[in-house]
Order: sequence, then structure tokens, then C-alpha cells
Amino acid sequence: MWVYVGRRLLLAIPTLLGASIIVFAMVHLAPGDPIAAVMPAEASKAEIEAIKRTYGFDKPLPVQYLIWLGRVVQGDLGKSLATRRPVILDVRDALANSLVLALSSSVLAFGLGIALGLLAAFRQGRVLDKLSSAIAVVGVSVPHYWAGIILIIVFSVQLNWLPAMGAANDPGIWEYLRHIVLPTVALALIPLGVITRVVRSAALDVLSQEFVLALRAKGLVSRRVFKHVFKNSFPQILTVLGLQFGFQLGGSVLVEAVFSWPGTGYLLNLAIFQRDIPVLQGVILVLATFFVLLNLAVDLVQTMIDPRIARH
Amino acid sequence: MAVATALVEAPVLATAPMSYWRTVAWRLGRDRTTLVAGSVLTLIVLSAVLAPWLAPYHPSAGSIRLRLAPVGGPGHILGTDEQGRDMLSRLLWGGRMTLVAGLTPVLVAFVLGSGLGVLAGYVGGVTNTLIMRTMDIFYAFPAVLLAIAISGALGPGLANTLISLSIVFVPRVVRVAESATVQVTGLEYIAAARASGAGVRAIIRHHLLANVLGPILVFSSTQVSLSIILAAGLSFLGLGVTPPAAEWGLMLNTLRQSIYVNALVPALPGLAIFVTSMAFNLLSDGLRDAMEIRG
Repeated sequence: MWVYVGRRLLLAIPTLLGASIIVFAMVHLAPGDPIAAVMPAEASKAEIEAIKRTYGFDKPLPVQYLIWLGRVVQGDLGKSLATRRPVILDVRDALANSLVLALSSSVLAFGLGIALGLLAAFRQGRVLDKLSSAIAVVGVSVPHYWAGIILIIVFSVQLNWLPAMGAANDPGIWEYLRHIVLPTVALALIPLGVITRVVRSAALDVLSQEFVLALRAKGLVSRRVFKHVFKNSFPQILTVLGLQFGFQLGGSVLVEAVFSWPGTGYLLNLAIFQRDIPVLQGVILVLATFFVLLNLAVDLVQTMIDPRIARH
Repeated sequence: MAVATALVEAPVLATAPMSYWRTVAWRLGRDRTTLVAGSVLTLIVLSAVLAPWLAPYHPSAGSIRLRLAPVGGPGHILGTDEQGRDMLSRLLWGGRMTLVAGLTPVLVAFVLGSGLGVLAGYVGGVTNTLIMRTMDIFYAFPAVLLAIAISGALGPGLANTLISLSIVFVPRVVRVAESATVQVTGLEYIAAARASGAGVRAIIRHHLLANVLGPILVFSSTQVSLSIILAAGLSFLGLGVTPPAAEWGLMLNTLRQSIYVNALVPALPGLAIFVTSMAFNLLSDGLRDAMEIRG
């Protein structure tokens, strides 16, 4: 098993390097002079020289990449074109806000999705099953940015129950909760659909195995059978949960844009609007790193739960 | 197990020898959900294609006096937008853009992805490692983020949207194509074909593709709804089609500020995206069931 863990850790390194190459390439994808892409228009000569040194624009591309990577590894993501603040500071603050939102929506989606999926599997073909299938299809089909706008129209504009925008400035926990409700619901829709689907099919797989029949034949009450089924389908469910959590963090861009939630997505949106390439690069690199590490963690946890995986 | 299956299937085969595709078509014809989804999609596609003839107004002709007219008002069945442009006309024209922006990347991914995936799966060795490891890199990003990263760097515009979304979907199709190919290549009939002297091209053309294209097609069809949501999402962020062109995501974005004045009209473009994406999802579900492909 430790061999597997070691191999899995090593495999994450090329993936991370690959991601960093894509992020590095973004400067060169941007139309026009790469210096213009990472410098404000009114930059002074000295600043341009500093940037040229940072990126080594006069050197060949692979060398430029290594110089850039060296700085990134030390936590230097460059400076924002718009605010001249180090990108790392902006990303750090935004990431904290995004994590809170990703967590709250994941809790909602995972809880509800697992419950619906299991119930659907145990009531296969009945009304509840049909309902959960409908929820699953709607969840994966709905453009969540539109769902967010609908939530705002209903709960902020029409009913005036909840605030439409932003995070609370004053530190009151009640206000904070009121602000996070709508983005949480909007962001939970997709994973809710996906998880309901996966849990249902995983539970059905387990239910069709012979040991379940044996448990029932033994006279076990259905609540206890339920427990066994859940336990046995859990490794499969866990993979999806891990992936979905990663998607929540990276996929919140559109929802954050709708609700002006001050997270990474909002920062990204702002960066796109201002064509602030260093911020764009910084946010995407940090999120991708997070995503890769999360996948790694899920794989490892899974191996611990189910040692059979390591042998494959 | 094999014996049992043969026993069950034998009588069916004896009475009704149907070709695979006829069986699939027969199953699709009996699946009510899929039929409804298919009809809705046909309507959407037709109305997008026929937009120039169906639309009562020019999509960018507005009137300052008639801003945000309500749904059901005189002359404008679906109301008008924040610049007084007819919503029905813009939705019809917008559908063209959204469908093109959503379908093209999946089409590109289907063609390019099958090619690369089958190549990687069949040839194996260094070629496989090279192709598959390159594709893995793109898996370091959630789809939305990758699309935004590339579009964000390239800048707005339909062409850039198509490029960035193709980059999102090609690696996914390659993965499916590769694993399907590896699976089929291991089967005995391929070995038999090879032993009887069939060339690489003949094997790929006659034996491999026939068995691999099904799963790839079904997988690609599941990606269409995501592609549409992402394409509209990119223009919602200001990265897709540029104004004054009509596109559902862009319309949603510009109408967003008007929800305090008129709640119903701004909801319409999103509803269009939702219905289209759901129809594609239901259709691909039906297709997968009818073709008996798991996953």
C-alpha cells in the first residue's frame, strides 16, 4: 500500500507541472505584446525593466518558464495590474471566502444528495425514485448562474427576505449567514444532481449483490440492511464527493459573479474585466493546485478505506 | 453465465432478427421521455435555424420608449429588453449563437478526440504515454476554470470561445476513446483479424471503429448540455460573443440589472438555456439506454 501511496504522490508532480505550464502560457496566449499583457499601460521604464527581469522576456521560453516557476514556488505570483498589490495577497483573501462557500454548498448538496440517492435506490420505481431522478436531471441541466438570478428575483426582489449581493461587511454571524444562503443554494444544484445520481446507482449495485439477500434472509430489519448498503457503496460515493468539492471551488466563478461574493471567482471575474493577466494567472494556478491536491487526498483516503484499490 | 444468456436470447433472435441500429431506433421510439426531449430539441433547433424568417423584428432594433415592456404586451409577446429590443426576436437569434457555440466544441472534440484516443489505445507504448499524459494535464482544472482560463487569456469573441471549449472537451473524449479502444483491442476477434493478415488500417476501420464509436458518441452526447451551459456562461462573464449580437448568456448578463424593474423578462434567456440543456441531457440518457452502453 505504501508503494501505491508513493507512486500516487509522484504522479501528482507532473500534473502540477503541466498545469503550471498552461498557466504560464496564458501570458503568451494573450493577444499582443506579452509585456503589455502583464504591465499597466502607464507603467514607468523602471517598472517595465523589473517585469522584464521577473519574466526574463529576453530569454528563450523554457528559461522564462523556469524563472517564473521559481518565483511561484516561493509564493511570488507577481503584482496586479489594476491595484499593484501582490497577487498572492488578493488570492489568499478570496480563497478563504470561496472555501467557506464551497464548504457550505457541499454540505448541503452532499447531505441532500446522499439521502435522496439512497432513498431512491430503496424505493426503486416508486414516486420518490422518480422525484429524485427528476431532481438529478434538473440539477445537472440547470445553468447555475441563471438559478442564482432566479433565487435573487424570488427571495430578494419579490419576497425581500434575503440580501442579493455581497458578503456582510459587519462581522455579525446572523448577517453573514443571511448573505451566504442564496449563493450556497445556487452552487449546490449541480453537485446535488450528480451526487443523487451516483449514490442511487452505487446503492443499486450493492443492493443487487448476494450478501444483501443473505442479510435479508437472516431476518435483518431493513434499517440495518440500509446501513450495510451504505457502508459498502461508500468508497465509490467518496470519489464523487471529492471531485465535486473540487468543482465547487473552481466552478463557483459564475455564481460568485452573480452574487458578488468576494471569492476567487469574483476576483477572476474582475481580472477578466480589467484584463489583469497576473491576477488571472495567480487565481487559476492556486485553484488548479488545490484541485490536484484534493484529488490526491481523495485517492489516498479511498485506499485507506478500501485496500483493494491499491492492488489494481 | 454465457450459457444462460444464450438460452434467454436465442428465441428472440430466432423470431426477430433485427440489426443493432434498428433495435436502437425501435427502443428510442418506445421511450416517451426521449421522444419528448427529441421533439423539444427539434423545435429549438428549427426555430434557431429559421430565426431570420420567424423573428418579427430585427434583433438589434430597439426603441428607447419601449424599454422592458412586460411579457404579453402589445406587439411584443415576450416583452422587450433593457434597450427596447424585441425579446422573442432576440431569443430566436440568440439560440443560433448559443447552439453554434455549444455544439461546435463537442463536434470538434468528437472528431479530434476519437482520432487521438483510438490512436493512443491501438498503438500503445510511447505514443499512448505521450498522448494520455498530455491530456491528463488538462484534468488538473475543473472544466469551468479551464474554459475561463483560456478564454480569459485569449479575450472575448466567438472564435475564442470555440477554441477554449474545444480544449475543455477534447481530453475528455480522448480518455473515453482510449479506454474503449484498449478494451476492444484486447478482444479475440481483433487478434483473429490480425492473424488472418488484416492491415492496421483495415483493422481500425472495419473492426475497431465500429465497436468504439458507440461509447464515444454516447459520451460526447452527454457533454453537449455542459458545453451549452459553459458557452452561455462564458458570454455571461463577458468572454463570449460581443454585444450587440444576441446570445442567451449575454442577454442574461445585460438583463441582470433590470430584475428590479421587470422580473420575468430577464429570466427568459436563462430558461431557454435550461430547457435546451435539459433536452440534450434527456436525449443522451435515452440514447445511452437504447444503445445499451453503461457509464
